[in-house]
Amino acid sequence: MRTGLIAKKLGMTRYFEETGRHVPVSVLKVEGCQVVAVQTQEKNGYTAVQLGAGATKAKNVSKAVRGHMAKAKVEPKAKLVEFRVSEDGLLDVGAELCVTHFVPGQFVDVTGVTMGKGFQGAMKRWNFAGLRASHGVSISHRSLGSTGQRQDPGKVFKGKKMPGQMGSVQRTVQNLRVVAVDAEEGLILVEGAVPGHKDGWMTIQDAVKKELPKDAPKPAGLKAAAKAETAAPAPEAASAEEPAVAEPAAETE
Amino acid sequence: MNDIKKLEEKQLKKLAAEKKIPDFSSGDTVRVNVKITETTSKGEPRTRIQAYEGVCIARSGKGLNASFTVRKISYGEGVERVFPLYSPNIDSIELVRRGSVRRAKLYYLRGRRGKSARIAEDTRGNNKPKSTDAATQPPAIDAPEK
Repeated sequence: MRTGLIAKKLGMTRYFEETGRHVPVSVLKVEGCQVVAVQTQEKNGYTAVQLGAGATKAKNVSKAVRGHMAKAKVEPKAKLVEFRVSEDGLLDVGAELCVTHFVPGQFVDVTGVTMGKGFQGAMKRWNFAGLRASHGVSISHRSLGSTGQRQDPGKVFKGKKMPGQMGSVQRTVQNLRVVAVDAEEGLILVEGAVPGHKDGWMTIQDAVKKELPKDAPKPAGLKAAAKAETAAPAPEAASAEEPAVAEPAAETE
Repeated sequence: MNDIKKLEEKQLKKLAAEKKIPDFSSGDTVRVNVKITETTSKGEPRTRIQAYEGVCIARSGKGLNASFTVRKISYGEGVERVFPLYSPNIDSIELVRRGSVRRAKLYYLRGRRGKSARIAEDTRGNNKPKSTDAATQPPAIDAPEK
């Protein structure tokens, strides 16, 4: 299992494919997505990588988090997310991930917090029909109607759909196709809508219900590897792991 | 410039470089050569080009999202097609005749037939961009050709 990425939703646009189709796409930006911590089997009992993304001011970060960042030697991050990975998906702390992590044509699941709608009635929130416009209905045209039975059971069942807060909950949209990837700008174009408003944080992961394409970089698409492709030899972070990564990344470009 | 605009500009540049789009507006008669991919009896895809000629009755959208509507009478039945201006499915667009009209949207043609649905030819300033549509288009489109 590979790690996911943290991205910011920029909005939607259209994309003309070479086949002539034009598809509606959500544009997601990956910026400064770095590994901040690694959870290992020996130390934590499970394996995961903690990623951070987006820049924030050091003064706006709590002392504890600042210490956490200092330990990983990364700039303070606006968003931290932990991704469960398999043993071979672990990364080095400080490694920066690149959008080439995902290849065009593959499917991803995108998780985000939906747009908040505030406190809404049953008609908007649950698509109830409401009451009639006439025939003696007074004041309660948009009410939800009956909420239960009679003296037996004598209560409203738990889970009854009622007015309340709508939206602003975490939701995952599954099986969205990656239409294109722009490594220069750090953009991922995903077909269809993703939850949340513009500038909202999303996490993108390989689709759980679709097979991962063979040319997807493993354990992850790293920026160092992508850079080594284009120009000079890999910078300071070049560890034993990275040359192995460089080859699959080459195919994607 | 924000990232989405940049992305659209990039696409626009690429798509506009592939073909020359004449400067036309509503009222003009245009011939749109549409690429059609069909499967032959042997099961292999084949692309051919079909011309669709009619009066442009509307231009809408800007930049990458620009589109236009072409209306024609086909076998006595009015047909309207909306094309994205930069669609890769459009092989080319030819300007057949310039029309002189006083509206940007010629939806009134829908209720008309025959003689009253005619549009007079515009004989003035043929080479000038005549609509505001054309004037507001980004210069990036014309640049590669000239």
